[in-house]
Amino acid sequence: MDARRSTTAVPRVRQVGFFTPNAPPAQPSRTHSFPVDSSSPPLSNSPASNSLSPVMIPPPRHLSDNLAHRATSPLPVPEPSAFRRPIRSHHVAVVGSYNPTESLLGSSPPLASPSSRVIGDGEFSEESTAGWFRRSNSAKFASSFSGGFDLTSIKSSETGGFHQVKKPVVAQPKEEKSGAAAVVEPQINSSSSTKPLKEKTTKAERRALQEAQRAAKAAAKDMTVSVGVSTCKPVKQQPAQKKDAPPPASSIAVSDRKGGERSTEKERRKDIPAPRMQFDDKSRVEKAKKRAVVNQSEARNRVELFRHLPQYEHGTQLPDLVSKFFQLDPMHPAVYKVGLQYLAGDISGGNARCIAMLQAFQEVIKDYSTPPEKSLTRDLTAKISSFVSFFTECRPLSMSMGNTIRFLKSRIAKLPLTVSESEAKASLCADIDRFINEKIVLADKVIIQHAVTKIMNGDVLLTYGSSCVVEMILLYAHELGKQFHVVIVDSRPKLKGQALLRRLVGKGLSCTYTHINAVSYIMHEVTRVFLGSSSVLSNGTVYSRVGTACVAMVAHAFHVPVLICCEAYKFHERVLLDSICSNELGDPDAISKVPGRMDINYLDDLTNKDNLQLLNLMYDATPSEYVSMIITDYGMIPPTSVPVIVREYGREYLWI
Amino acid sequence: MWWRSPSFILDKQQSDTVPHQRKPPDTLAHPLPSPLPFSMEDTLQNPNPQNNISAYYQTRAAHHAVVTGDWLAQAQAAIGQDPDDFPDSTAATVAGKPFSVIDEFNSWRKQPELAEAVAAIRALAAVIRNCQATTMMELEIELKKASDSLKSWDTTSISLTAGCDLFMRYVTRTSALEYEDFDSAKSRLIERAEKFGEISCKARRIIAMLSQDFIFDGCTILVHGFSRVVFEVLKTAAQSKKLFRVFCTEGRPDRSGLRLSNELAKLDVPVKLLIDSAVAYTMDEVDMVFVGADGVVESGGIINMMGTFQIALVAHSMNKPVYVAAESYKFARLYPLDQKDMVPALCPIDFGVPIPSKVEVETSARDYTPPQYLTLLFTDLGVLTPSVVSDELIQLYL
Repeated sequence: MDARRSTTAVPRVRQVGFFTPNAPPAQPSRTHSFPVDSSSPPLSNSPASNSLSPVMIPPPRHLSDNLAHRATSPLPVPEPSAFRRPIRSHHVAVVGSYNPTESLLGSSPPLASPSSRVIGDGEFSEESTAGWFRRSNSAKFASSFSGGFDLTSIKSSETGGFHQVKKPVVAQPKEEKSGAAAVVEPQINSSSSTKPLKEKTTKAERRALQEAQRAAKAAAKDMTVSVGVSTCKPVKQQPAQKKDAPPPASSIAVSDRKGGERSTEKERRKDIPAPRMQFDDKSRVEKAKKRAVVNQSEARNRVELFRHLPQYEHGTQLPDLVSKFFQLDPMHPAVYKVGLQYLAGDISGGNARCIAMLQAFQEVIKDYSTPPEKSLTRDLTAKISSFVSFFTECRPLSMSMGNTIRFLKSRIAKLPLTVSESEAKASLCADIDRFINEKIVLADKVIIQHAVTKIMNGDVLLTYGSSCVVEMILLYAHELGKQFHVVIVDSRPKLKGQALLRRLVGKGLSCTYTHINAVSYIMHEVTRVFLGSSSVLSNGTVYSRVGTACVAMVAHAFHVPVLICCEAYKFHERVLLDSICSNELGDPDAISKVPGRMDINYLDDLTNKDNLQLLNLMYDATPSEYVSMIITDYGMIPPTSVPVIVREYGREYLWI
Repeated sequence: MWWRSPSFILDKQQSDTVPHQRKPPDTLAHPLPSPLPFSMEDTLQNPNPQNNISAYYQTRAAHHAVVTGDWLAQAQAAIGQDPDDFPDSTAATVAGKPFSVIDEFNSWRKQPELAEAVAAIRALAAVIRNCQATTMMELEIELKKASDSLKSWDTTSISLTAGCDLFMRYVTRTSALEYEDFDSAKSRLIERAEKFGEISCKARRIIAMLSQDFIFDGCTILVHGFSRVVFEVLKTAAQSKKLFRVFCTEGRPDRSGLRLSNELAKLDVPVKLLIDSAVAYTMDEVDMVFVGADGVVESGGIINMMGTFQIALVAHSMNKPVYVAAESYKFARLYPLDQKDMVPALCPIDFGVPIPSKVEVETSARDYTPPQYLTLLFTDLGVLTPSVVSDELIQLYL
């Protein structure tokens, strides 16, 4: 993020990096443009003010929060992070060359220019079905106007009509921001950061301008859109409330209002696969909470950059869930058992989790009987979905599990209507068995056969953590009598490599064990790096256990070939550029505490401090340029060929 | 470093066995054992039992190499070499001896204009024709056996292996098996085999046509060694009155670059001969690099005669495009990770002076150029980026 787009000026942006949660941005020159409007409606009007529950997730730190906070505390706190470049006058005319709407917003009604951008944004978020690219802000934008019109009408309408429809679209985002005294420009790209705009007009001027616009638009909106009024109303109340409300309440109010809009948006998106849950999206989190079986309590100090991911207190759910066992009648015991094992960490590793889930589903299908007046296809799919959401609550699904579930659901959907229930059940169970056999067990065997050809006598093979397929490769190569040496690189806190080391040493392989800190030292002795992977994405990015990217990068720097071993069912058509968008957060205690070392207890009493955020990431993304080869059940392919496999394979497993 | 020692030992073993092979052949004659019309079992072995000298590179050397003083005359006489090395295989079959795919292959291979893979394809087509089988299964098994024996005849030749594999894919992946009648199925297979042979023959023309858009007037082209398809490209460009000049590397050890410069001079193309080590020196004058390929591997990289990798490296660092002209039957399902990760293909090197026995000589005939140093591949499937090679291979083999 460059200095121009300094995040402090952006009300909606998620602040990047580590920072003290309540530190207000140091922008003294800014204060004059944010007068606290004491005449705003009282907080009780807010529909969300009573929805503030103790389990409520702390709201994202919008600028509005910080500003409101600042209004009460006059002392500016110094800038916590270097890249949040402070202090630009609000009268700076041009912020960036790509920021043309600024002058429009400041001086004239921002109708024409930004609207096209909003449309672009909307279409984008509509098309990015996986919701992968979308971070919360673009989603909010999309939802904030999507209540007002449906996209098809826009696409079909003429330019004139088009413009008319667009108007409310532009207005809404602007209105809601204006209360917070900052204008956010809708972006073309849908990354979370919205560009800051410097206000040129005073608060009062802009308010007047908006009132005029709103009045003008109300009619148009009512005509074109039926839902328009309902979505517009809370918007009107919002700006005023925001200013006086205490920080949490105000932003919750914002999010609740969005929830209303989202419901209409949801209908529009029915045919699109559900986007990944964004955990900084209050309304959806609330909804999910209602359904939830597992009683998760939110982590106290959530890591700011990863708010969109679930961050829960670890270790609290298990006893609770165990005690609830008999109250959860719709839950199948096999599913329940596997869910608990996920939660407790007894089952880990992509393949193991997948197989456990499939076997649980097999049990479910065996014990299933179609309720009267329902069809097996629909009822079973719904049931599976509810189990899947239970699994998700226990531990976020891996991408390979997502693929597997997709396979199972497509099998259920493709059952012929004429087939009897027992036949359908038998065929589904057979399908599951075949999936496990063909896509996991046999695939591993094929991978081993391929990988062994790349192990020569005298090689030094490095592996990181513990991957079951890499372990099988090493053992098989050893069985073949190849002479090689294994370097196992491991890392805290899981230390999975030790288990692997034990098994390999037991089989008589010569091994070296080291921690990831020493990887750059050991790398120059290494001839091949074998790594496992949780998923391989369509741009060749390897999504794997945290630390893999580091090992691959060091290997690349030392010109050591990096071989990724991954079954093709783990390939995913999504694209991942960083490890922020999609990740999983582990127990923060695991990194703050060192078991068995009483002398290393520096963090013992600090875990609940407000200004400490512990980040225990589970995965990272290795860019494809660090990967020399991906070994899959379809052979050895370069990372550029992953989309081909996804295409071919995706076709295959629909009619498997 | 201790992990390097095994390869060092391996090198030593080879250098112990090689010496008698290393002395340069004084003529173009092949050290191949004369394949008398013996049965298949005998021909299954590689002509070079110790597997040190690559038969593939021997053939290349025989066709294109310039080793002796009167090379101009020899280049002329290259066609129809060694009549007694290869007894007429047709005579063998006529005489009622068992048909041998190796003999058939060798008789095709003698033609310098015919690529080894095409020779293999023709030999396999002949297998179908001469097959005594009465069922499809038998025929397929026999075909498989023939292809395996061809492949094991010379494991160092990538295009031979790839050509056989492709033939098997192309021919057997047909609706022929649906025919009730065996004879019609067999004739369908033969038809398909001949079609495939034809396609392979035309490949060079197609590549030459495709590459014409990339050769502009006034450009300077650097070529390495002698590649028939690159020569075809340059010939087509010269015939279509394009003005360009060519820098030919010498192409040690078989000095096939001399042959190319000779051929180009005949076409009145301005040509300059460089020693192999002058590549970086001249690279700033060069507009594009054209190389052939012995094999195109799954990663999109190429395996080609020694020196291609360093030319590609120099060109890459000077931002010059590197174009590879390769027929699609050279696409192989191989994936070398580095230079040593290949079946070693060695060729004797003549240094002109005797080399002391304590001095080791690197005799590898080929190197591997990773895809990031290549710009485009001209193939009969079209002009491809390196990453498409894998896509094509996946679609072909999966």
